[in-house]
Amino acid sequence: MNADAMKEVELNEIIASKEDGKYIINIGPQHPSTHGVLRFVVSLKGETLEYLIPHCGYIHRGIEKMCENLTYPQIIHLTDRMDYLSAHMNNEAVSLCVENALGIEVPERVKVIRTILSELQRIASHQLWWAAFGMDIGGLTCFFYGLRDREKVLDIFEESFGSRLLHSFICPGGLMQDIHPSFQKRVKEFISYFRKKLPEYDQLLTGNVIFEQRTKGLGILTKAEAIDYGVTGPSGRASGFSCDIRKKHPYSAYDRVEFREILANEGDTYSRYKVRIEEMWESMNIIEQLIDQIPEGSFTAPMKAIIKLPEGEYTQRVETARGELAVYLVSTGDKNPYRMRFRTPNFSNLFVMNHLAAGAKIADLIAISGSLDLVIPDIDR
Amino acid sequence: MSFIYDFSSATQAIDQWLKANLSPTGAFVAELALVGLTILLAYAVIGLYLVYAERKVCAFMQNRVGPNRVGKWGLLQTMADLIKLLMKELIPIRKSDKLLFNVAPYLVIIASFLGIAAIPFAKGLHAIDFNIGVFYIMAVSSIGVIGILLAGWSSNSKYSLIGAMRSGAQVVSYELSVGLALLSVVIFSGSMQLSTIVESQANGWWILKGHLPAMISFVIFLIASTAEINRGPFDLAEAESELTAGFHTEYSGIRFAFFFLAEYMNMFIVAAMAATVFLGGWMPFHLGNLEAFNRVMDFIPPVVWFFGKTIFIIYLIMWFKWTFPRLRIDQLLTLEWKYLLPLNLLNTVVIAFLVLMGWYFK
Amino acid sequence: MTEFFRNRFPDAVIEQGNQYLTIKTDAAAMHPIAAVLKSDKELQFDYLFNLTGIDWSDRFSVVYHLESTVFGHEVVLKADILNRENPSVATVSDLWRTAEFHEREVYDLLGIEFVNHPDLRRLFLEDGAGFPLRKDFKDEINLIER
Repeated sequence: MNADAMKEVELNEIIASKEDGKYIINIGPQHPSTHGVLRFVVSLKGETLEYLIPHCGYIHRGIEKMCENLTYPQIIHLTDRMDYLSAHMNNEAVSLCVENALGIEVPERVKVIRTILSELQRIASHQLWWAAFGMDIGGLTCFFYGLRDREKVLDIFEESFGSRLLHSFICPGGLMQDIHPSFQKRVKEFISYFRKKLPEYDQLLTGNVIFEQRTKGLGILTKAEAIDYGVTGPSGRASGFSCDIRKKHPYSAYDRVEFREILANEGDTYSRYKVRIEEMWESMNIIEQLIDQIPEGSFTAPMKAIIKLPEGEYTQRVETARGELAVYLVSTGDKNPYRMRFRTPNFSNLFVMNHLAAGAKIADLIAISGSLDLVIPDIDR
Repeated sequence: MSFIYDFSSATQAIDQWLKANLSPTGAFVAELALVGLTILLAYAVIGLYLVYAERKVCAFMQNRVGPNRVGKWGLLQTMADLIKLLMKELIPIRKSDKLLFNVAPYLVIIASFLGIAAIPFAKGLHAIDFNIGVFYIMAVSSIGVIGILLAGWSSNSKYSLIGAMRSGAQVVSYELSVGLALLSVVIFSGSMQLSTIVESQANGWWILKGHLPAMISFVIFLIASTAEINRGPFDLAEAESELTAGFHTEYSGIRFAFFFLAEYMNMFIVAAMAATVFLGGWMPFHLGNLEAFNRVMDFIPPVVWFFGKTIFIIYLIMWFKWTFPRLRIDQLLTLEWKYLLPLNLLNTVVIAFLVLMGWYFK
Repeated sequence: MTEFFRNRFPDAVIEQGNQYLTIKTDAAAMHPIAAVLKSDKELQFDYLFNLTGIDWSDRFSVVYHLESTVFGHEVVLKADILNRENPSVATVSDLWRTAEFHEREVYDLLGIEFVNHPDLRRLFLEDGAGFPLRKDFKDEINLIER
């Protein structure tokens, strides 16, 4: 049976047939492990999964439709709420799209700060991912270690932007306001603190025999499948798919920092895990290269009060913590976009779950979905 | 105050007083009630403070403080939780087997209660001293799994059933390892009676006297009994992050409190068994025939020794619950059937050989 | 590459000067072009990174952003659907698996049918919800018209 082509009708047939040992179970939408409102309809035989159908749309807010009635600075606030753990990158995507369309060059200061903020956001996002992943696998202490360290990043954000999670700080033209004077100092303190703490993560979870048994060889995604399904970000790089937009089409200050693109070959849950841990180290390297050299200058380029993009279509791709976010903007010269399309990474990452989870156990399903690092509002928009 | 060293003087005194003042049956009934009430009280108090201890230890591992508002240092936290649970509504489920649903928590509590009764808390503080003590405790703790299976089945929910099935398979498998590990000390000491086992450790604990095989047995016992009580890395029957709450999802209020309490008391029983059988029970730490050293060790009352050892083992069990991730059900069963059981059998044969040849510290 | 496309696809309109090279065609001719784009040895556009449906008031169009992981070049393929009553276009989910789900979303929000799609169901909304992304979508309760 081709699991991918399963329709609801065939599902009901399975229920009706009452085959020995087969049953259908619903995981979600309220569930401690799905990290958002997502429903998996899972067909099981004993403890083994046969196929899985994800049902999304529980948090569909119609962001793309709303954007057609909002001006470009207003859209920034909506983009925060798509993948709220990569808020800065989402904002940056729309801002860069608008700036490239208008042909505006932002000051160097803005570029460097945007890059630093994106990398800080990436670290914070991976910290939360690690905390939640450890908790799902069963090591409940990981949750507290990850969040304890994430608090430091959120304190930095709160001082500069006033909010911990949804900042709407990067806007077309530059930044909303200048960063706090103690931003540099605090970021440097955080980097030196976190460099000592990140090995603790390895001590707690990575080398653990139970953890390795739970994750090695599980949910293998080959490179061809990753490209075919459009799985990007750390999940795709763990399969060998070299998809880092920061390397392929550099934006902001990424062309002047040196960092490695972390690739792995096995494509199983364990390598997705390792890739994210390594990415945290690389992010810290990027921040260290930039934090001492924030150029002086204005925090925004001069922009008109009402932004109208010339007629045409514009695309911008950025690398969020979870993969490639592509913003496709069609403008008819008005102050609202005609069509705003967000190609979000989690949307493509989600639908590879059926392929990965077939033949695994329920406990493995949780491990696999944790390793794909899904944030549900990003799927539904 | 010498009775704290040997409670039998105190219990004898109470016994004689009762027999003098009441008829024989009256005295018997009074003693029954007294012992029952004492054990009930001990059960409740130990249970409450074990929950508190778990939360504090857990908080310590996770770099936070734990309950510290209700009462000094949060000591009354569990009392507050208990009162809250007592006042919660008992939500009945439609289409569940009402009798089994109601009976299941009681089975679990009864099983752990029966186990507590046979533990030697101190010299003279031993409620039931069977001559098949070890065997009795193993038998009685297996009744608990029936409660778990009934709870999962009668909840009429797929999640609960999955949790209960997993737990049933797990407990039944690990009972073998627990039994064999305990058997090793029975072979060493030659008796199943718990008081005899404790007294045979007067010149040293079995974990030291039995050198390597006893240590292997101890480790196997710890692992297997953690799996028996559905705790630590083996808690997928109630894995919160997967099945919400496993077999006791549908229970609320006092019935949930029973499951919860029974789990902690099972942990206490298991730790007490490990302390009794491997670490000497209420026996102070004696080294062979070093008289002066033994005299010093004797100063500490046996009750303190017993609880100290039990608390140490409880701390170990809590430690690796909060550190390790969870094992999957098939990995768990593989661990038992392919690794622990053969190792255990081999160990038992080695011990039998050692005892035959006398190659251990007598 | 522009010359190659002009030779290979004489009926399509090749546009330069935008951010990416654009191939414009109509709905019927889209699938053969897409197949060539994927399978040709010089092109090998194996990564579809965006699939958008747009409602121009007189017609629909579906926009495919393609990239090649082998060579690194990108191209945009646009298919115009002139039929406003029953818009439909061939599916590309047989070429790129990710399209299966993007197309479900386009069907859900715009009502464009994808022929030969393995599982064309709504993704986010329920059955009676209409097609919200269309410009003529009316909903008195939820949508406030200015």
